[in-house]
Amino acid sequence: MTSFTDFLTTGLLGLSWVPDSAWAGGVLAVAILLGLGVFTLMALNAMVAVYFERKVSAFMQDRLGPMEVGLFGFRGGKRFWGGIGQTVADAVKLVIKEDTIPADSDPRLFRFAPFLIFGAAFCAFIGIPVGYGLVISDFNIGILYVTAISSVGVIGIILTGWASNNKWSLYGAMRSAAQIISYELPLGLSLLLVVMVVGSLQFHDIVAWQEEHRWFLIHSPFTMVAFLIFFMSGVAEVNRTPFDLPESESELVAGFMTEYSGFRWAIFFLSEYANMAIISLMTAIVFLGGWLSPVGSLLRLLGIAEGWYYLDGPIWGVFWIMGKVVFFIFVMMWFRWTWPRLRVDQLMYTAWKVFIPFSLANIFFVGVWELVFG
Amino acid sequence: MGEITFIILAALVVVTAYFTVTSPNLVHAAVALMGTLFGVAGLYVFLYADFLAATQVVIYVGGILVLIIFGVMFTTQIGSQVMVKSSVPNRLASALAVLVLFVGLANIMLQAPWHRGELVAVEGTVKTLGTSLLTRYLLHFEVAGVLLLLSLLGAAYLARREHG
Repeated sequence: MTSFTDFLTTGLLGLSWVPDSAWAGGVLAVAILLGLGVFTLMALNAMVAVYFERKVSAFMQDRLGPMEVGLFGFRGGKRFWGGIGQTVADAVKLVIKEDTIPADSDPRLFRFAPFLIFGAAFCAFIGIPVGYGLVISDFNIGILYVTAISSVGVIGIILTGWASNNKWSLYGAMRSAAQIISYELPLGLSLLLVVMVVGSLQFHDIVAWQEEHRWFLIHSPFTMVAFLIFFMSGVAEVNRTPFDLPESESELVAGFMTEYSGFRWAIFFLSEYANMAIISLMTAIVFLGGWLSPVGSLLRLLGIAEGWYYLDGPIWGVFWIMGKVVFFIFVMMWFRWTWPRLRVDQLMYTAWKVFIPFSLANIFFVGVWELVFG
Repeated sequence: MGEITFIILAALVVVTAYFTVTSPNLVHAAVALMGTLFGVAGLYVFLYADFLAATQVVIYVGGILVLIIFGVMFTTQIGSQVMVKSSVPNRLASALAVLVLFVGLANIMLQAPWHRGELVAVEGTVKTLGTSLLTRYLLHFEVAGVLLLLSLLGAAYLARREHG
């Protein structure tokens, strides 16, 4: 499987007029180009997702504000584009706001920590394909890489909480650390089950397996349970309602990000929406066939068609995977605007006494299932 | 290219390790330790040990370092410059321990049969690792598993609330 980076490096540096001595520089240029590409993608994702979230909340809870802000003659109202000016206003406001640093904080860590959270989300994007072959680096250990690098973000959260020197921040950071470490286990265990069946940690192999057999969502009852556990743990990992205890507005002001303002605060937002996209992408790839079209998969499952159907393939694939991602992001927003928050003890109960035992049992039963039916 | 990468990674490890040891602020030391751990992970990638690198990040950065920072956050006077002044006999004893450790490690390093040829990337490191863990190194694997299970049970027992 050639990745996007290979394509660029061999494509650009293989040209006859590029001297061999420019190789190191060329690789660096490709790396910078791809980095800027990922950053642009993340920024766009956050802008669109913030607008989407405002609209979802507005429709679900009858909030009037996000419906009204017009732009260039697009008037507000209960329409698809109602309130589109809000996105521009948000972005401008975040960039021009003053960057305040509390007097009693630890200034170096206070400045550094948000970028650690951002860096974790940014690095995770490197390993996740957003379509057939559309991946910056197709790691042999894809799934492990993404889960490993995402687990670094929690250090950033703890450090922001500590460096702010504020009780709300510290409470938020403590809750976050406990929550993220707890939910990493069911998350990893439910992925392990898929890895066990496929026999590979590479995202492309997992999708190829699902193309050959069937989506993991409908593969067996146990993978279906794994899907539910994975998605719910994923929601907990990105600190979204009903698991938004680290920043619970009604009790902790804004949790670990209380003291932040301006662009540094925008970095938190960027990372939060990027993490939502990562969890949605992982769910789509691992359990819902990634870039395979539902039409083609259904036809293959029924034995009507072989190979790629006309709605499959690299270009349609991007459409399908993005559709699945947007759906899961919508589901997370749906949770946020309809469900109340869990209590801390309920949160821990869910992770340690429900999700983890079920995931462990799942691994055993899926092994039995594969031996009998596989 | 390879040499430059190695020098950058090695410098990262050494410089951040120095900060870890000398920083008077424990949280800063923990953050510097993160640089060391990442640098070592980078060195593993450099040696084509991708699985080991990811495991290093999961266990040391995502697990142990989080616990260290979490623990350090609750200690008093983290930011202050007051360090514990140890007595002279203690210092001598620790210097001796460090010397013995250093000589031992240096001895191992000098005697180890280092691979000096060109490195070749192994296809499917994970498969090879998995197979050898469940065949050749099965006993080691099982012993490590039992040890971890015991520590898990011990932790659960210690954290248990006493009833009656």
